[in-house]
Amino acid sequence: MKKESKFNLVAFMTKYSMVIALAVVFVLFYFLTNGRLLYPQNMSNLMLQNGYVLVMACGMLLCILTGGNIDLSVGSVICLVGGVAAVMITNMGMNPILTIVVCLLIGLVAGVWQGFWIGYVRIPPFITTLAGMFVFRGIGRLVLDSKTVSVQNKTFLNIFTAYIKIPGLDNDDRLLSPILVGILAAAFVMYSTFSSRRSKQKKGYRQNTALSDYGTSAIISIVILLYFFMLSQYKGISVMLLWVVVICLIYNFITSKTAFGRYFYSVGGNEKATKLSGIDTNKVYFIAYANMGLLAGLCGLLCLARVGSVNGQTGTSFEMDAIGSCFIGGASAYGGSGTVGGVVIGALLLGVINMGMSIMGIGDSWQYVVKGGVLLVAVVFDVVSRRKNGG
Amino acid sequence: MADIILEMKSITKEFPGVKALDNVNLVVERGEIHALIGENGAGKSTLMNVLSGIYPADSYTGEIYYNGELCQFKTLKDSEAKGIVIIHQELALIPLLTIGENMFLGNEIKTKAGFIDWDKTYHEAEKHMEQVGLYESAQTLIKDIGTGKQQLVEIAKAFSKNVKLLILDEPTSSLNDEDAKMLLDLLIAFKQEGLTSIIITHKLNEIIYCADKVTIIRDGSTIETLVKGVDDLSEERIIKGMVGRDMEDRYPKRAPCIRPEVLLEVKDWTVHHPLYPERVVDDHISFQVRKGEVVGFSGLQGAGRTELAMSIFGRSYGQNISGELYLNGKKVQLKTPKDAIEHHMAYVTEDRKVNGLVLGESIRFNTTLAAMQKICSKGVIDKDMEVQVTEDMTKAMGTKTPSIEQKVGNLSGGNQQKALLGKWMFTEPDILILDEPTRGIDVGAKYDIYCLVNEMVASGKSVIMISSEMPELLGMCDRIYVMNEGKMLAELDAKTATQESIMSHIIRSTVK
Repeated sequence: MKKESKFNLVAFMTKYSMVIALAVVFVLFYFLTNGRLLYPQNMSNLMLQNGYVLVMACGMLLCILTGGNIDLSVGSVICLVGGVAAVMITNMGMNPILTIVVCLLIGLVAGVWQGFWIGYVRIPPFITTLAGMFVFRGIGRLVLDSKTVSVQNKTFLNIFTAYIKIPGLDNDDRLLSPILVGILAAAFVMYSTFSSRRSKQKKGYRQNTALSDYGTSAIISIVILLYFFMLSQYKGISVMLLWVVVICLIYNFITSKTAFGRYFYSVGGNEKATKLSGIDTNKVYFIAYANMGLLAGLCGLLCLARVGSVNGQTGTSFEMDAIGSCFIGGASAYGGSGTVGGVVIGALLLGVINMGMSIMGIGDSWQYVVKGGVLLVAVVFDVVSRRKNGG
Repeated sequence: MADIILEMKSITKEFPGVKALDNVNLVVERGEIHALIGENGAGKSTLMNVLSGIYPADSYTGEIYYNGELCQFKTLKDSEAKGIVIIHQELALIPLLTIGENMFLGNEIKTKAGFIDWDKTYHEAEKHMEQVGLYESAQTLIKDIGTGKQQLVEIAKAFSKNVKLLILDEPTSSLNDEDAKMLLDLLIAFKQEGLTSIIITHKLNEIIYCADKVTIIRDGSTIETLVKGVDDLSEERIIKGMVGRDMEDRYPKRAPCIRPEVLLEVKDWTVHHPLYPERVVDDHISFQVRKGEVVGFSGLQGAGRTELAMSIFGRSYGQNISGELYLNGKKVQLKTPKDAIEHHMAYVTEDRKVNGLVLGESIRFNTTLAAMQKICSKGVIDKDMEVQVTEDMTKAMGTKTPSIEQKVGNLSGGNQQKALLGKWMFTEPDILILDEPTRGIDVGAKYDIYCLVNEMVASGKSVIMISSEMPELLGMCDRIYVMNEGKMLAELDAKTATQESIMSHIIRSTVK
């Protein structure tokens, strides 16, 4: 059984099409912006600006997996949660930690409310979340009393936006901690490739060529090292980045390694068969939307901390960025397929395009046109290549 | 010289893995009612789909002559243009549109400006409705008239398409006796006016009542054509033609292994339709299965066998379910499929693509889906273990596949069925319910599945086999229950039962 599959260029291109697209867009904007895209400040901001999109997209992926269902209410939940947090901290002077807990619970309750109607009463998700979009936006405005409320509380802001400084490693002249973290992360990637290959070999399973396995992980390691090196040139590692990375890793683990994660794929692939396999499909829908509410709540806090204030318009059409990222990242519009890794790539692709065009001084309006075009091209490419492969 | 309207010559149609039609010939004379009869899956509907262009001309081999002219229909529209209209078993009407709108759906009558001419539409619609004796306003919504009248709307619709050859696929299956007789009388009246009809039906009494000729199809081949007045057109004669086939070594032998203990007992089980609560799908059914026994359920489509099995399997079908269920002599309540699986019951569906497999996922994904806890610790999947158990199961089932990562949607029918069986065997059932386990798969795969059934019962487990293929039930089962229209008709010992005895139970209950 020790077969090593041969390297195949076409299969490689199809499999990594989105990664390649991301690289191409990166190089394109690198030249268009005369290299300014790769300034450490911009690279650091890329993750911070798009952090909330990544967090939303992880939740949205679960909804989309159940059958191409989306959650339209995310932006409104962000406004509601952000509003409550700002009012609690600034107007009422409450403890920031307590505020965070209460706000995450509010997000969860909003999700549970929608999950109940969608999972157990079987109201179509589009309608349920459209209603939620109006209701939560309205409540958010009521809470804010139609004003802009800002937050200056240090504790609250530090929990989300501070930069990590480790005494002894980092001082005003040099930042060593990002480099150290980068080396550790890269070493971990290489080690996990090595140990997975060793365990496969021991059990005699089929595996890829050493070149492709180690090549892939070497490229990933180099990207990680470069990125953390850049962070060391500009302020260091943000807590926001940690939040985003941890969330992505958790959801990657859930979707690829747990039984419950697999049920999302199964429901999207064939709900009837899933039900007859003894799986509570209502619960799967319920959890998808309850979880989306929780993550939207977290996003509300991230947005509030990053922007520093919240008003009645905060979060408008944020859900569309999350949905777009999922579809660009290869999630099927009919459900049943898609990965967290793909979604991250999708979100970064949109992020790079936005940032590149901003640096070039191209206005908002054109950014929308390009974003829309990229979304359509990505999905058309996906659908057509699937059809060719008979999938 | 007879006036031949339709001649189909050596039609062969293959689906991946199965030959649905093998050299079928059919000759229909102008102005006759020609009945097609055969068991479920014999190929009747496939033949009519070939004729009407639903399967386009290059997807089968053979020739179709219509009015003496070679026809190669690419779509349904092509055949309709020649006056061939097919009315399907499932009514193809849209409930929330009016009768008139339904009749002209797709061929709307338009004004010069290109808008729909509603006055003319309803006028024409009512004209054709009168032809079939339907006196309703054409503006009535379809959902507001009964199924009998809906069937008439379908026929009126056919007239609006200027029909010359009308094909009806089980037109009376959803009608009560009175409406059914009216429909048949209507066909006889149209015959006088020169309309030719082909009628597909299971109901022998209807054939004897109205048909001029009967063509019997079995296993994708035409067996014979019986002509009224020339041949003996009795029920016994037709049944003999339908079922008579060789029963050589298609079924592996097994030593008797029935034990005295009753494993499953069902008493007074009544199930109502999930959408129409007034419809009783299974009516006070009682049966029992002993350890080491293979029990068959025979009947036609709509007998309520699948519904019975699914309602027992954790109430996955129907509503207002009443009755008692005993496992090993203990009364149990199985409220969800999960309960049923935990009580070591497995239900292998008749429709593997719709209810059985996640087609876009791998064999590995599907094999473990119903028993994830066996490969998980604290909810986290052990991928290596999953690969191992799937490899073992795939080997045990004899599934032919390049790898266990192959999408099940890309496997042949027989291998899909084995993958589905593997999924349920992985749950380690004591009672395995097989619903049409060999539908649409080749002979070799069938044999493998029969061997598996024998292994199951040899180890003291029980198998319930629902099948429309009577030889399969006679060859594999210890006892056979016969059902029709939701009622239990008989319990037969498979050793003494014959296809004729099963069929005559069913026919007699239908005639009543």
